Amino acid sequence: MASITMENLGKVYTGNVRAVTDVNIDIADGEMIVLVGPSGCGKSTLLRMVAGLETITEGTLKIGDRVVNHLEPAERDIAMVFQNYALYPHMTVFNNLAYGLKNRGFNKTQIDERVRQAAEMLEIGKFLDRKPRQLSGGQRQRVAMGRALVREPAAFLFDEPLSNLDAKLRVQMRVEIRQLQKRLATTSLYVTHDQLEALTMADRLVVLNGGQIEQVGTPMEVYSRPETTFVAGFIGSPAMNMLPAEYMRNTQQADSLAHIPQGADLIGIRPEDFALDTPGDGDLILTGTLLLLEPAGAESHLHLRFDGLNENMIVRLPHVPSVTEGQSLSFAVRRDSLHPFDRATGKRVS
Amino acid sequence: MQTKRMTFSSKWLPYALLAPQVIITLIFFIWPSFQALRQSVYRQGDAFGIRPPTFVWFENFQALFRDDLYLNSLKTTFIFSVGTTILSMGVALLFAVMVNRMIRSRDTYTTFLVWPYAIAPAIAGVLWWFIFNPTLGILPYILDMVGYDWNHRRNGNDAMIMVIIASAWRQISYNFLFFLAGLQSIPQSLIEAAAIDGAKRMKRFWTIVFPLLSPITFFLMVVNIVYAMFDTFGVIHATTEGGPSQATTILVYKVYRDGFVNLNFGSSAAQSVILMGIVIVLTVIQFRYIERRVNY
Amino acid sequence: MVDNNRWGNFFAHLVLIVGVAIVVFPVYVAIIASTHPPGTFVRGVMPLLPGPNAWENYRTVITEGRSRAGTPPIGGMMWNSFIMAMSITIGKLSISIISAFAIVYFRFPGRIFFFWIIFLTLMLPVEVRIVPTFQVVADFGMLNSFAGLSIPLIASATATFLFRQFFMTVPEELMEAARVDGAGPMKFFKDILLPLSITNIAALFVIMFIYGWNQYLWPLLITTDPEYYTIVMGIQRMVTGGDSEPLWHLVMATVVLAALPPVLVILFMQRLFVKGLTETEK
Repeated sequence: MASITMENLGKVYTGNVRAVTDVNIDIADGEMIVLVGPSGCGKSTLLRMVAGLETITEGTLKIGDRVVNHLEPAERDIAMVFQNYALYPHMTVFNNLAYGLKNRGFNKTQIDERVRQAAEMLEIGKFLDRKPRQLSGGQRQRVAMGRALVREPAAFLFDEPLSNLDAKLRVQMRVEIRQLQKRLATTSLYVTHDQLEALTMADRLVVLNGGQIEQVGTPMEVYSRPETTFVAGFIGSPAMNMLPAEYMRNTQQADSLAHIPQGADLIGIRPEDFALDTPGDGDLILTGTLLLLEPAGAESHLHLRFDGLNENMIVRLPHVPSVTEGQSLSFAVRRDSLHPFDRATGKRVS
Repeated sequence: MQTKRMTFSSKWLPYALLAPQVIITLIFFIWPSFQALRQSVYRQGDAFGIRPPTFVWFENFQALFRDDLYLNSLKTTFIFSVGTTILSMGVALLFAVMVNRMIRSRDTYTTFLVWPYAIAPAIAGVLWWFIFNPTLGILPYILDMVGYDWNHRRNGNDAMIMVIIASAWRQISYNFLFFLAGLQSIPQSLIEAAAIDGAKRMKRFWTIVFPLLSPITFFLMVVNIVYAMFDTFGVIHATTEGGPSQATTILVYKVYRDGFVNLNFGSSAAQSVILMGIVIVLTVIQFRYIERRVNY
Repeated sequence: MVDNNRWGNFFAHLVLIVGVAIVVFPVYVAIIASTHPPGTFVRGVMPLLPGPNAWENYRTVITEGRSRAGTPPIGGMMWNSFIMAMSITIGKLSISIISAFAIVYFRFPGRIFFFWIIFLTLMLPVEVRIVPTFQVVADFGMLNSFAGLSIPLIASATATFLFRQFFMTVPEELMEAARVDGAGPMKFFKDILLPLSITNIAALFVIMFIYGWNQYLWPLLITTDPEYYTIVMGIQRMVTGGDSEPLWHLVMATVVLAALPPVLVILFMQRLFVKGLTETEK
């Protein structure tokens, strides 16, 4: 068990291609940190730098109290779960789990005990004599987990471990990984491009874009108070609606926008913050034409064009309303659910 | 050139791993080739060291291109290579197309057609030499019945036909396997689409199947020419020994004879250099083809 | 196939059966000839049906050879061929797999340069530079030795390329996982890469064995001592050794024995052979 400290970490590839810039993260012992961002944002590179699979060109990386910048992956006391599992195809499940232990000089009884224990925890005990190709996707995933587990490392590194699974299995494994991680209380760094995975699994999540940190915080902090327009657009589905502040000022009563700072020229509103009910005191009122109604059982998505705007907006309602496409609809929005941004810097204002 | 995204780091290990291959290559490939280059611009000295080797610029090459025997050998090599290539590829394509129609018997036919590849060129030569033997052979016997007096010991054309058949025979297996693999990689839906478009079987073959086979055909052409030019030494040496009267003296055989029998090292080296030039051109062509395949 | 008509199939079978017959014919003739007494070849056309002398002929070539023409018994020559083929095969496979490993899994100064040096061997078949190569081998005193027969032939660009291609397809993550699991380069090579390459090694083995067994020009040049004759070149000595017509019944018995090992290898390992052939060349 150990903490992980990243100080001003950066990665520049030969040819001056910059992948990661000035990353500072303190991961507490036993904490689960999720790195999330679109593809190419540097999240995998950062993870691989922690693993020792990419050299660190700037900054300091500590695992526990040790600076590990120049240590081999095997010397960093970490274990990694790969996206395509990277199981050794010619070895049985048992040997896949045992390989790392053998290389570390564990004796036969120790190896046997640890492998059985991990196998039991992951319910793969009956597959120990099989080769990876004889297993289903979910089973392989468990074996990959098991290989990390048996080592009892200081930290787990997960590189998009669920992206090769189908939707149903993904949800199930998400829950299992999180439960296991909580039970073992092993420091974990988890990379994903799926914002929902990030929100549901993280103690804290780190949103990366273009090799830089956009925001660090607990899932609820990041969701309810995105610090940049990028985070606002990336976290949450459907994405936050962005309306020009000018449009708001032209269509709303001035006092309902009094709390919005002057510098804000972009107002974000989450789809679920619109209500079809009668507006309360001080609420904003937005009116538009319904273009498409997408009923989804328990909820519905409404695609609208607000009067005087050229972009489509999305509203999410916790029920399916009886409305017809082409109809004009008015929505109430509580004034404290507005997210003010500066368009030029992309930063939140206030 | 690619490596893995991440590589092992060791200062000496990669060199140690490469050493055996590189040392053998240097000693037995690069150095002799360099020697051939050097010898090709010298006139050799005599055996007693009284007259040392003299530098003669390109005299050896000039002499070669004035030499009717060498020019004749170039022509012979051309006829031999083209003949061998066309014969073995044509027959192999026919077999492959026929076998590709089969479902249950495909593997059986394939087994019967692949094994001649295992037979050494020299042995292939001896086998056909026996069949064509003017006094004993079954083919001259049959030809005699239709009034043709076969004798590859006197008739240069007969000898050429014999070595072409012997060389092509062994190579049919190779070409067959590649054509069959090529045919099997053509999607059935294309052929069905052509059938729906009203193309008859022969038309389908020439307008759909054959164009799709053209990369393989081109590749095999290069491989077969290389084979005919360099790997058929055994066929010639074990049977006709280049005769009668030089009729089957292909370049590789001439290099050998001028070097080892006539001990004319300068000329032999010059011939080696020309052959290397030919191989390099053929290899570059082939490599471009490989690259194309790898990249798409 | 679309419209598989009966006549078309009949015609195809006909073509193939005639084709197979023609392809098999030379070997059939050889087998037949090897069963006849010498007298058969004195008069008339070669026989097309088996004769009574098979046992006698094979015993003669295997144990006695033809001392008058300077060819030793076949048994020894086959053994030489086997040693040479195996040395070439194992040598080629070992040095190519480690050099491919170095080229793919390491980044080091001179990597491209070495790659090209190896690539050059592809361009320079023995046949085109026989005289100087022979001189080098002679200078090393390797004439009439197994080292001389095999070592100059074991550098192989083809095998290096095949292994390189294969290594490039091995997922990156396997090596990364192995490193996280504490494996160094040689351990990774031995525990992961080598076991994964088994099929490729076997396929190449078939191709290389045939290549080695069928060597002709090279043993012809560097063996003058019958003790080191290989069987393929030995046949040439039998054919041209005497002044008179070759002793066909013995030549053909030798031919059959010389062709047998590689043919058996192909027939028993047909799948590997096809894989090796089609993958090394493309």
